[in-house]
Amino acid sequence: MFPELNNLLNTTPDRAEQGKLTLLCDDNTDGSFLVHHFLSFYLKANCKVCFVALIQSFSHYNIVGQKLGVSLTAARECGQLVFLEGLKSSVDVFFRAQAEPHPLQFLREANTENLQPLYEFVREALKPMDDGETAWRCPVLLVDDLSVLLSLGAGAVAVLDFIHYCRATVCWERKGNIVALVHDSGDTEDEENNILLNGLSHQSHLILRAEGLATGFCKDVHGQLRILWRTPSQPTAQWDRSLTYQYKIQDKSVSFFAKGMSPAVL
Amino acid sequence: MATVATCGSGAGSPGSMVAAGSKNNVTSFQRRGPKASGSDSSYSRLVSIPGTRPSVRNGQLLVSTGLPALDQLLGGGLAVGTVLLIEEDKYNIYSSLLFKYFLAEGIINGHTLLVASAKEDPADILQELPAPLLDDNGKKDFDEDMRNIKTSDSNIKMKIAWRYQLLPQMEAGPVSSSRFGHYYDASKKMPQELIEASKWHGFFSPEKSSSTLNIEPCSLTHGYIKLLQFIQNIIYEEGFDGSNPQRKQENILRIGIQNLGSPLWGDDVCCTENCDDSHSLTKFLYVLRGLLRTSLSACIITMPTHLIQNKAIIARVTNLSDTVVGLESFIGSDRETNPLYKDYHGLIHIRQIPRLNNLIYDVSNVKDLAFKLKRKLFTIEMSKLRDLGRLVHLPLLPSRDSTYGGHSDDARLLTRYLFFLKGKYTFCIFNIVVVYFY
Repeated sequence: MFPELNNLLNTTPDRAEQGKLTLLCDDNTDGSFLVHHFLSFYLKANCKVCFVALIQSFSHYNIVGQKLGVSLTAARECGQLVFLEGLKSSVDVFFRAQAEPHPLQFLREANTENLQPLYEFVREALKPMDDGETAWRCPVLLVDDLSVLLSLGAGAVAVLDFIHYCRATVCWERKGNIVALVHDSGDTEDEENNILLNGLSHQSHLILRAEGLATGFCKDVHGQLRILWRTPSQPTAQWDRSLTYQYKIQDKSVSFFAKGMSPAVL
Repeated sequence: MATVATCGSGAGSPGSMVAAGSKNNVTSFQRRGPKASGSDSSYSRLVSIPGTRPSVRNGQLLVSTGLPALDQLLGGGLAVGTVLLIEEDKYNIYSSLLFKYFLAEGIINGHTLLVASAKEDPADILQELPAPLLDDNGKKDFDEDMRNIKTSDSNIKMKIAWRYQLLPQMEAGPVSSSRFGHYYDASKKMPQELIEASKWHGFFSPEKSSSTLNIEPCSLTHGYIKLLQFIQNIIYEEGFDGSNPQRKQENILRIGIQNLGSPLWGDDVCCTENCDDSHSLTKFLYVLRGLLRTSLSACIITMPTHLIQNKAIIARVTNLSDTVVGLESFIGSDRETNPLYKDYHGLIHIRQIPRLNNLIYDVSNVKDLAFKLKRKLFTIEMSKLRDLGRLVHLPLLPSRDSTYGGHSDDARLLTRYLFFLKGKYTFCIFNIVVVYFY
């Protein structure tokens, strides 16, 4: 959790909003620091988190999480975190036929019709506890990242359906949040990715877009972050609020500053 | 280690190299099995594998790519458990050379090799590996050259361009006790006894067509399914993932896959824009990375991305790989006659470096790199001021197209300077030269 980003988004772990879909996208840079931020933010906010980590291994998130002040192993052991490690499970799914449906079963299929097993996994992971006592504040689904699902054979429509089902269950029914990362391909003509990105942009309440600088690589400013608040349910009677900041990623935190106000320049 | 002490990357400080041994970071990719418990014991055991060293920044276990200059650009080496994707140059000359350097490094360090190709028999590939520059005959000449360089350097105290002296020197030549990163002579072949003493597995795609498959066919191309099964078999049988109770392996498996994506594997991603198995290549990379993450192995893949018609697939492939390096040779292009490039054979683009176990990563500030293959030992040093005067009159490049310089922030550099090759030796070494452009 980066305190400066919390200030920009005007949230703290104590008063996290509920029922929101946050879209993270990165264009020409690596936006994974946002995923680490939200993971540690929701763990600190005492929410039950289901993390579908398709791109890196558990120990990677764990080690970065420790730098940000959360322990993923402890959270997993006490049940606060349900972690689906895509890379490790894909090997199991691919080489050994599974008895019961596996969330990544679509790897074995020639044409992926839908991502229903994955949705069932998420629903099962985030169902409220039976004994009635709500130990956790609200369920959160975190996906890193959705573009990988396109590479693995799911169509853009299948991924949009998956997010739609998850929103119905997690956001509306259980008043939780969803955070998903999508890579923006920029100028390469990845139509499926564009469909996915546009579809999700219209559904989300908050869009965080990490972009590389237009002028190229810089040692002191790693990129630019655009924050866009939206109200998808209401007609656009009010302007969507948008802010742009530049950032520099350090070892344990990210510092944000207004455009052109990098400490290296001043 | 001498190599560690003297090379200083732009991002890290030289002092941090010395502290590498005292960091007690756990290597990220824990092996399954009883050895995974006890972080300190597994850490020290893993460090003792020959040919590996822990990364300074995050304790990740690194292996050398066979090219010490490339190791330095990648932040110390290639992390174990990751994929190095080489985007081939147009005629597959230099990328196959990098491929062979990777395999040769494995033989020198005693790692197990797995060579997969659809074009050449792996046994033939191994016969053509370059010979290592071992230190006895090289050391004498190297010392002489270092003495020459040191005296010439100390004589020149830069008065005007004094900032150049503050820039770090890059590691020059073969060092006597280097356990990490060796130099190779591409004009000589690896001695036969070294190849025979090494352990290697070969996968030649045409020969394996009759193997029985015990998984259902899915949308992966036939050749990829066989290769994945072969790799998984080797990893399990030889115990690289720690799950086989009979085999305890303390070695690294170096996997080399040549020309992945070419039609010889049965994949038509290079042939048409709307291919039937458009997800075949990306699924293969995903499952391969899953295999690598759970085992002590490192993989190099060369891919003819210049043939892939659908640019979206290239972007997806880049996102699914860890380290991506692109080679662009000047052969046949108009840059061959450009006087600015006359000393070099091509450009090397570091397209992606992974951030493993970290928010940040070691990235050099240099974005425009050129390579050169010559029979000379390279030392990278500042050019003399007289050469600067000559350079200013060279014509600027006609356009900054995206293949070069698109991502370089050269506006901050007020002057341009060039690192030259200097040397008098008969070693044939692959050189990477740092070139700054205005």
